[in-house]
Order: sequence, then structure tokens, then C-alpha cells
Amino acid sequence: MSSIHPDQVTAQHLAGLSRLPDRGTPAPGTGDGSLIDDPSVRSPLVLNERTFKEVTDIVCGYAENKPGKWWLPALIISGSIATLGGLAILYLVITGIGTWGLNNQVDWAWDITNFVFWIGIGHAGTLISAILCLLKQKWRTAVNRSAEAMTIFAVICAATFPGIHIGRQWMAWFLPPIPNANNIWPNFKSPLLWDVFAISTYGTVSALFWFMGMIPDLATLRDRADMRLRASKSGPTIAPFIPIRVDAVRAYIYGFLSLGWRFSSRHWHRYEAAYLVLAGISTPLVLSVHSIVSFDFATSILPGWHTTIFPPYFVAGAIFGGFAMVLLLLIPARELFPNMKDFITLRHMENMAKIILVTGSMVGFAYTMEFFIAWYSGNEYESHVFKFNRALPTWISDKGAPYWWAYWAMIFCNVLSPQVFWMKKFRTSPTAIFAVSFLVTIGMWFERFVIIVTSLHRAFLPGEWGMFFPTAVDITTFIASCGVFLTLFLIFLKFLPVFAIAELKAVMPQASPHHHHEGHAHGGGDHSKGGHH
Amino acid sequence: MSSKVYTTESGEVVYGIVAEFDTPADVYHAAEQVRDAGYSKWDVHTPFPIHGMEDAMGVKRTILPMIIGVVGLTCAGLGFLMQWWMNGVDYQLTVQGKPFATWQAFVPITFELGILFSAFTAIIGMLFFNRLPQWYHPLLKKDRFLRVSDDRFMICIEAGDSNFDPDRTRALLEGAGGKHIDLVEE
Repeated sequence: MSSIHPDQVTAQHLAGLSRLPDRGTPAPGTGDGSLIDDPSVRSPLVLNERTFKEVTDIVCGYAENKPGKWWLPALIISGSIATLGGLAILYLVITGIGTWGLNNQVDWAWDITNFVFWIGIGHAGTLISAILCLLKQKWRTAVNRSAEAMTIFAVICAATFPGIHIGRQWMAWFLPPIPNANNIWPNFKSPLLWDVFAISTYGTVSALFWFMGMIPDLATLRDRADMRLRASKSGPTIAPFIPIRVDAVRAYIYGFLSLGWRFSSRHWHRYEAAYLVLAGISTPLVLSVHSIVSFDFATSILPGWHTTIFPPYFVAGAIFGGFAMVLLLLIPARELFPNMKDFITLRHMENMAKIILVTGSMVGFAYTMEFFIAWYSGNEYESHVFKFNRALPTWISDKGAPYWWAYWAMIFCNVLSPQVFWMKKFRTSPTAIFAVSFLVTIGMWFERFVIIVTSLHRAFLPGEWGMFFPTAVDITTFIASCGVFLTLFLIFLKFLPVFAIAELKAVMPQASPHHHHEGHAHGGGDHSKGGHH
Repeated sequence: MSSKVYTTESGEVVYGIVAEFDTPADVYHAAEQVRDAGYSKWDVHTPFPIHGMEDAMGVKRTILPMIIGVVGLTCAGLGFLMQWWMNGVDYQLTVQGKPFATWQAFVPITFELGILFSAFTAIIGMLFFNRLPQWYHPLLKKDRFLRVSDDRFMICIEAGDSNFDPDRTRALLEGAGGKHIDLVEE
């Protein structure tokens, strides 16, 4: 066994030299060097001509080095907010659904709004990991890992809401078809049960996909910890006076999770086949999930819900809101983590801004079509909903919608604000993208509020009309779900490989076996050299 | 298969012989030579999947996707039967005036169950055929081997291969441009 330190660069990094030098200056007019307009030139996916080793060091460094000073306070704040939500839910379970503001008329309100909001957020992660994989969009490698993580955390937040909305939460086990003493089975003809299966399948498949993608990168973290353990007898311990090295814990946990992955090409072959199949089945899955969520509404007879445009409209909206959340998380992250801008370039941001523009315009089209169909169908309930209950402000007419402000907030945030991305200046500016993403996230929450609450609050019988006002428990639970989401994401940023290291390396130019000039000594001529035999 | 057990001077059983390469191109062309020399128990270890390596190694296409397809379709079918039996036969629920067994309403859950079990088959099948999890492996004991997960490219030819010969195999890897050629102990 060699006694040379196998990993000098890592040692330097652990000593605090974590920011790698920039190489050269990008050509003028190309931003950070990735905004090349010439279609014959491929824009680089990794900037600053990073080597494989530097990519490993940068990404593993996020999990190995001390996090920035902001990390712990951020975790404490978001963790406290999340805990508050636990208390709000405990209060709800003890007291009953009456602690929320919903009532006999508006019997789905913030809970289901939050559910659809969170489940929609997840869709961008699956779009990036599955659909962009099938379309061979190599830029996805910069964002897929964190977007998939976001998907799983969003599904966790989403699944909570219908779970606590059922009233008698301890009966939640009645949802899956489990044989029980009453000899009854669930009603498979109900869209709500379709939802149970769609969400649980979606959560499970996303987690499997995420975990499988992480196996090689966890093995990299394992090997680095192992190398440091073998290279020196002493190192940082988990706490003062406890002689257990941090690297020993890392080697054990990452080692367990990476399942003994040893980067074998025979393994890679089956791994890639399984990965492609997972991408292939996740593509219809992600389209089905929000379609099925929309069936919760579309299969009812309530005006404003009973419409065939819902499945595509919901899917477009989900991808729209999900990309906004991806950007909302990654724009600060690339500022806060050293060298992250090498992987998440302005070109990546521009691509995502373009997706926001496209999907935002699609939901804008869907909003318009709802009005058109309300008029063209001649259905008086439908036209009443759109003419009076959604858009008409109360200060214009007495018949107007009490929730008009929610409708117009939605239009402003979702349809108007992304239109600035027609201009390159805005879609390549992280500040502008962050601002629009923030508005879109708010707008997409309002979209679900508009669909659910404003449709329900004035149904067929005017005698039943009522209003919905959230209570403190409603508000706390929603804010706490944001806390849970952020807490999980912060933990992810610190302890897991934030980028798909192996995939990033595979899309770098030097990864191709034909990268070196073809006339090299190892070229084709040596092929049949079986002389030793 | 193995006709002979090789041991080192200190008496350790030899698992195989490893050689290190600097670039994907180097290891790709070396793999072609090992393939052409007729070895079967050998492997190329790379930090990321190298495009076309299956051909350079002469690896057969995996049957995993076929298995996933068969299991996925079977589970979708079973999922449909489950719904049909539960709602149509065992517990006939009168709701919304719909027929008890109505295939249209069973489509979403049939589809979701097909996807769910395909995904499980994909990952479990991948691990099964790769003989994973396997938390112990002779290669992982080698210090230099751990750098494969960073930026090194390695070929390992196992001593269990019928063509294996300590000197000839070493010469083949040397001729293919391998560096730091070393024995791996079991």
C-alpha cells in the first residue's frame, strides 16, 4: 500500500482554500462565457475549463467543508418554522377541522390549495430529470440533482395536506386497499382515490430515481473519506473528546448508501439502461400526476371545475411553477456556494427563463380559453362564474367577485410578469429572473386559490353562497410547509452531492473517448494487437 | 473456470491485476485490446459511463429493459384485476349510479401501478444483475483504485480468467499504455 497522500488537492481544500481560480476572461458579449449567440459554437456546460478532479473537489467540497456562515442560522429559522407547523397540525388533530376557516360551502380551501401548489412545484424536477433526459438536453445535468431533491421535498409537503384534511387522521390507512375488519374496499371510481395512487407512485418513483442517480456520487464521497482515513491517523472528530473521526462516519454512511458501487463499466451499462427506462416511465408519470390532480376538479359538476381543459392546463402550470421554484432556490445557492457559477451558468438560467415564458404563456392561453368556452358554450352557470365570480371587481359592480383581487393577482404574476423574458436583457439577469420567479410562485398559489375557493364559494344555489377566511391555524400550517421544504433543502445542500458529479463529468468535452486527436498513438491501428497470446 | 490459484510472495491470493489510464480515449483503446486478446473476466472502471464502452469491451446488451417491461405490464394487469374484483365482485359499491365494474374508471390506477412496479423493477433489477449491494470488494482496498471515483480510469483483469497469466497479462496492459500496473490481493 502506498503511503503517499493520494489526494493533495482535497487536503488543500480542507485547509480552507476552497475557491478555485477563474481561468481567462470570457469573450465580450457572452456574459460569463456561456451566452454564445453563434449557433455553430456549442456553449460550454462547465465554465473555467474545469478538470474532472476540480469538478469532484468543488461538488464534494460542499458536503465536506464547513458550510457558509449563513447556513446554520437559515437552518435554525426554517427548522423552527417547520416545528411550528407540527404544533399547528397537533392542534388540528386534537381539536378538529373546525380550527381551519373552511365551512359547509367552501369545504376545500387552503389545505387543497396548498396541496396542489406543492405537488405542482415538484413537476419541474421530474421534467428536468426525465423529459430533458429523453430529449438529450445536456444542460439538465447542472440542475437535475437539486431539482429532483426539490421534487421529493415538495411531494412530502403536498402529501401532508390531504392527509390532515381527512378529518379523522388516524383513519388514513383506509385510503389504500388494505383488507380490514369491515370487509369493505375503497371506491376505485373516485378521482380522490386515483389521486392517492398518483401521488404515492409519484413520490416513490421520484425518490427511487433520485437515489439511483446519487449512488455513484455517494461512492465518490465514500472514497474521498476513505482516502483521508488511510492517509493520516488523525483528523477532525465528531465532537471534542470523542475519538470518532468525521471521515469514519462519512465513510460508513456514504459507504452504506452507495451499496458498494465500484464504477465498473459492466455496472454502468445496466445502470444507464435502468436510468433511461426510469426516464421513459417518469415522463408519462409526471404528465399523469397533475392530470389526475386536475380530475379531482374536472370530474365534478361544479361550474369553474367541470372543464376538459384542466389536465393540460394543470400540467403546464405545474411545470411553470416548478421552474420558478427551482430558480428561486438555485439563484441564491449559486451566489452562496463557491464555484457553483461554473456549473449553473447564465445559459442555464436563460434556458429556464425561456421555459417559464413558454409555460406562462400556456397558462395565459388556458385562462383565456376558460372565458371563451364560458361564452361559446352558452352555459349560463359557466358564464356566470367567469363573468361575475372571478374577474369583475366589486368596485365596478355590486354583482362583482369578492375575490377579484386574487384573480387579478394571478393574471399579473403568471401571465404578465414572465413576458419580460422576451427581452434577452431580463432573461439573462439573475436578479430579474429571481424577481419574476418570486412573482410566479405567488401567482401559482393564487391560481389554485382562485380555482378552488372562488369556484366553491358561489355554487349553484345563491342561498348557500358564503365566504372563506383563513384562520391562524391555516396560515401557520402553510408557512410551516415552506419551513419544512426549506429545512429539507438546506440539509440536502450540506450533506449530499448537490450536483450529479458523474453526469457532469460525462457531458464535459474531455469525457468523449474521441476527444483527443484521432491520430494518437492509441488509435485504430492497434486494434488487432493480440500478440501476447 | 479458474485452473490455477495465484499467490503473491507473501502468500496472499491474487484477485487480479490493475492498470491505470489517464484519459477516456486511452482506456477505451486499451479495452479494445483486452477484448481482442480474448479475456472474459475483466472490467473497466471509470468515473462516469464512457460512450461506446460496451462495444469496446464486447459487452452484450442487457436484458433489463425487457424484464422491466414484462413486470410492469404484469403488475398493471394485476392492478386492473384487483380493482375489478374489489369493486365489481367482492364489495359492490353503489355510488354516482355508475356500473360496479367499469374499466374506464380503472385506467388511472392501472397505469400508476404499472409505472410504480416498473420503477421498482428497474432499480432492483439493475442492482441484482450488478450483484449489488456488495459492500466488500478486493479492489476497494487499493488506495489508487479509490481515485477512479475522481478522475482515473482503470482496467482490472481477474486472476480467475482462463487466459490469465501474471506475466502475459501484465505485458498486455503495459503494451496498451497502462500505468501503475499492480496486483490486487483477494
